[in-house]
Amino acid sequence: MTTSALSRKTSAKTAHRKPRKPFSWRRAGAWTLVVVAVVVTVAPFLWMLRTALSSNAALASNASNLLPADFSLGAFKRVLGLQTPEEAIAEGGSGAAINFWLYLRNSIIFATVTTAGQVFFSAMAAYAFSRLRWPGRNVVFGLFLATMMVPPIFTALPNFLMIKNLGLLNSFAGLALPFLFMTPFAIFFLRQFFLSMSREVEEAAMLDGAKHVRIFFQIVLPNAAAPLATLALLTFIGQWNEYFWPLLVGQDESVRVLTVGLGVFKSQSPQGAPDWSGLMAATLIAALPVLLLFIAFGKRVVNSIGFSGIK
Amino acid sequence: MVGFVAFFLVPTIRGVYLSFTEYSVLGDPTWIGTKNYTAILADELFWNAMAVTLQYVGLNIGFQTVIALGLALLMHRVAKSTLIRGALLLPFLVANVIVALLWFWMLDYQLGIVNEIINWFGLPRIAFFGSEQWAIPTIAGVNVWRHMGYTALLIFAGLQSIPSHVYEVASLDGASPTRTFWSITMPLLRPVLVLVLVVTVIGSFQVFDTVAVTTGGGPINASRVIQMYIYQKAFGESDFGYASALSVILFVILALVAFIQMKFLKGNESDLD
Repeated sequence: MTTSALSRKTSAKTAHRKPRKPFSWRRAGAWTLVVVAVVVTVAPFLWMLRTALSSNAALASNASNLLPADFSLGAFKRVLGLQTPEEAIAEGGSGAAINFWLYLRNSIIFATVTTAGQVFFSAMAAYAFSRLRWPGRNVVFGLFLATMMVPPIFTALPNFLMIKNLGLLNSFAGLALPFLFMTPFAIFFLRQFFLSMSREVEEAAMLDGAKHVRIFFQIVLPNAAAPLATLALLTFIGQWNEYFWPLLVGQDESVRVLTVGLGVFKSQSPQGAPDWSGLMAATLIAALPVLLLFIAFGKRVVNSIGFSGIK
Repeated sequence: MVGFVAFFLVPTIRGVYLSFTEYSVLGDPTWIGTKNYTAILADELFWNAMAVTLQYVGLNIGFQTVIALGLALLMHRVAKSTLIRGALLLPFLVANVIVALLWFWMLDYQLGIVNEIINWFGLPRIAFFGSEQWAIPTIAGVNVWRHMGYTALLIFAGLQSIPSHVYEVASLDGASPTRTFWSITMPLLRPVLVLVLVVTVIGSFQVFDTVAVTTGGGPINASRVIQMYIYQKAFGESDFGYASALSVILFVILALVAFIQMKFLKGNESDLD
């Protein structure tokens, strides 16, 4: 399906190029809409940057200036813990602390561990669902698909109780366990790829006496590097942004992740005059890893979204 | 496989069991039959949460689908560049919490840029997150902004799978663009639209992050959506039995919605066959 879509795309492109279309109002209007949509999407991020580079005290009098009001790196310093509380208050910060480096470390651990576990175990399960024949396979797979419908909140409460009973509240194990093994979506995603792989290499390996474990590690996994990487990327972004579960299980400083930390930081700052530049600096830095990943692998993410939705 | 059983199957069954108990985490769950459910039916806060959630879902899905469909058509006809698609997808990749904080700042009553602009036009400022009638539309708007690019990409992928010869025949027959859209694009796009609708409706029934970070369910009860209510019952009041019953109800609603959408829109069939 991917190749045919590709060839269709390129042929459409070349067909487009030949006759240079004359100017038309319809086209101009359509392009205007595209530009408006992009501006609406991107402008808030620029506003976030502008606010982060302003000093908090100057924001109040220059709320609508397009450039940073009283340019200052103070907000970033404050977030990164390079500013004493006195300096922060002088610049209009609240003195509320965000232990940024710790939360960053926690986010990295949480997202990396869950991504690695989820991709690996989902690959094994997808292998079992696509390449092995065993009784009841389709029934179990149907059950899997059905669980895609179960809302996360529904399993969150019992899972929370289980983690609590295991004494794993406020531990990385508790944070990661429910995500570590697999998600129906990941299995579904990988199964589609595994089904399309040719059986011949596998059968040749079997004749040579290779067992399933070897086939899985030496043939299936290397051949599926591209979809595995895409899945890992999507999973990492999702886990980095996860809020609800870490909010339930990881309230303690030692395991608090960035998303939860940002929420706490916001609620600590005074209601009337929050430390806007500090808050925007913090959100910007928290979004940075995802933004960098996106710049590096943007094309892959964009293309996989279409795939994941339509199969 | 163990993980699936331990963290999906068992919790699902246990969740149903807990909904028939009174359980405050400190003691053991005690079986009380359907008492939680009858209590919920008489619970004004529950009905309020339901109404608020439905209002949110309606606003969110309505605007999101229309805007995303428009964007997808634009991407399909005018701007195919990956850069533009990437830019539109950007908000979806950033955490809900970050999106919520960003808009919380931009929509601030005193200093927010949006109110500055409104003011500049000579109109009165709006307390977006602080007033009862604006809280839910505002939260819906923020999430439409976050998801429109993603939804547009899904629909765009569907548009690309419509074979071009169908359009060629239509234009030979002299069909107008509007006519082509309603009698060819929309029907052929139906399976994709159904899928997108099912996914987004299920997602938007579970809105939580944005509400938790911005309004926390207020002012008064204006934005206490159902998932927020479950969260508050379970972790605010330690009433896990009641909260479980609430999530069973949410689950049943979602299953029904998905089922009805699939049936009603005949999502499994394609007119291409």
